[in-house]
Amino acid sequence: MTANVVETSPVVEVKGISKTYPGGVEAIKNIDLQIPKGKLTTLLGPSGCGKTTLLKIIAGLLPQSGGEVLIGNTPVHGPGPERAFVFQDFALLPWASVLRNVSFGLELRKVPKEERHEVARKYIKEVGLEGFEDAYPHELSGGMRQRVGLARALTVDSDILLMDEPFASVDEQTRRKLQDDLLQLLEVEKKTVIFVTHSIEEAVYVSDHVALLGPRPSTIMRVIDTRLENVQGEDIRRSKRYLDLVEDLWQILKQYLV
Amino acid sequence: MKIFGKKIPMVFALLFWVVIWEIIGRVQLLFLIPPFTEVLKSVWELLFTGKFQAAVLISLQSFLMGMGLAVVVGIVLGSLMGRIKALDDLLGMWVNVFVSAPLTAIIPALMVILGFGQTTVVVSVTLFAVWIITLDTRAGVKNISRSLVEMSRSFGASKWDMYRKVIFWSALPEVLAGLRLGFIRGVRGVVVGQLLIAIVGLGELFELYSRNFLMDHFWALIILIFIFAYAISELINRLEQRLEYYAGQR
Repeated sequence: MTANVVETSPVVEVKGISKTYPGGVEAIKNIDLQIPKGKLTTLLGPSGCGKTTLLKIIAGLLPQSGGEVLIGNTPVHGPGPERAFVFQDFALLPWASVLRNVSFGLELRKVPKEERHEVARKYIKEVGLEGFEDAYPHELSGGMRQRVGLARALTVDSDILLMDEPFASVDEQTRRKLQDDLLQLLEVEKKTVIFVTHSIEEAVYVSDHVALLGPRPSTIMRVIDTRLENVQGEDIRRSKRYLDLVEDLWQILKQYLV
Repeated sequence: MKIFGKKIPMVFALLFWVVIWEIIGRVQLLFLIPPFTEVLKSVWELLFTGKFQAAVLISLQSFLMGMGLAVVVGIVLGSLMGRIKALDDLLGMWVNVFVSAPLTAIIPALMVILGFGQTTVVVSVTLFAVWIITLDTRAGVKNISRSLVEMSRSFGASKWDMYRKVIFWSALPEVLAGLRLGFIRGVRGVVVGQLLIAIVGLGELFELYSRNFLMDHFWALIILIFIFAYAISELINRLEQRLEYYAGQR
């Protein structure tokens, strides 16, 4: 139950990453973390602890103040095609249809129209939005919008998915459905996922590993193996393993709350 | 509008005041107000006089030239102010002063500098319209959602694609709102400019009619200008409504 849970080779290595914002706010400090290939690793911590900051540094959207991020031994300088980002607020173009939104990543990569639409249709179907290709974002519910965001991230065929509190702005029922659908999708797609959430239950439910971040300036306090492989189907949320993990994580996080 | 619980179409608001105007004109209550029907007749006559047509042509020309300048300068300046903080700090205050200043007061100075001709009218149209376009464009460019910019960067957008496919469309609703207000102000610019100079276009006609107490022609001209300003505003309004789907996510 330590940082040594990684048995496959890491695809993403975070080495001594720090971030101080202009104005002197120290968000994260000296973070080391290894993200195993093909697994879902969650960054869990209280609001404002810098987990999104860390994710955006890994994405290459924010420059770090110190340290480096390695992806397959290459240091990160800005965004790259092997990483795709899913945004908390979906980040959809309000003036574009679902089809154009989903294929927008490919459009920016200069993939010809017919080809990118074909790929987009496949993933629209895969996330369960078939029939909504011509709808506009404001005609969709929050859950459906995030499915669009997810489909867009899948079209570009990146090995690494970075998900920033993807289900935080939808209601509880929708969130549970999206969590299940995400897990099903990942069985087919085989991605390495880095997932950010502040929900302990969500972290335990979706992740293989959870990295716990402390309050600002945050460091990684623990990495915990949260695989639920021996627990089957509908009973996960009632299983002893699930409940124990939720309780353990809560006990650790509780110490850092005021 | 409802009267005694019955729904009255909006046209009646117009008709009601037209009837009152007609009555005032018929009983010759005010010498300055001829009956509405007379004014309408004059509108019809006016449309076919060479003098009016020439005046409209030159006014329209000044208007379009002035507006063209205002649109280009306003959008470019507004975009730059939205993206570059130093420029925003340098110009922000002045744009805000000019947007609310009574610019009519500047026109006499313009006449001295640019002469009593069309140039002055063109410049006054630009001066009337450009500031609100600048301000609204700036607001549009400034309010672009950060996550849309991050999203395009994360998918490897080039700078040009980012401007062309994201920033431009994001700012469009505000830019259009600015254009609508700008065009309305531009109409004011052309009328005020010509009135003050009084030897060009419609201004000359106004001067002519009011000096000779041709009140029905005078009112006819005013009605035509009102219709023109209203039509332009409606036109852009329609355009804005067609882009209504923006509203959903902003």
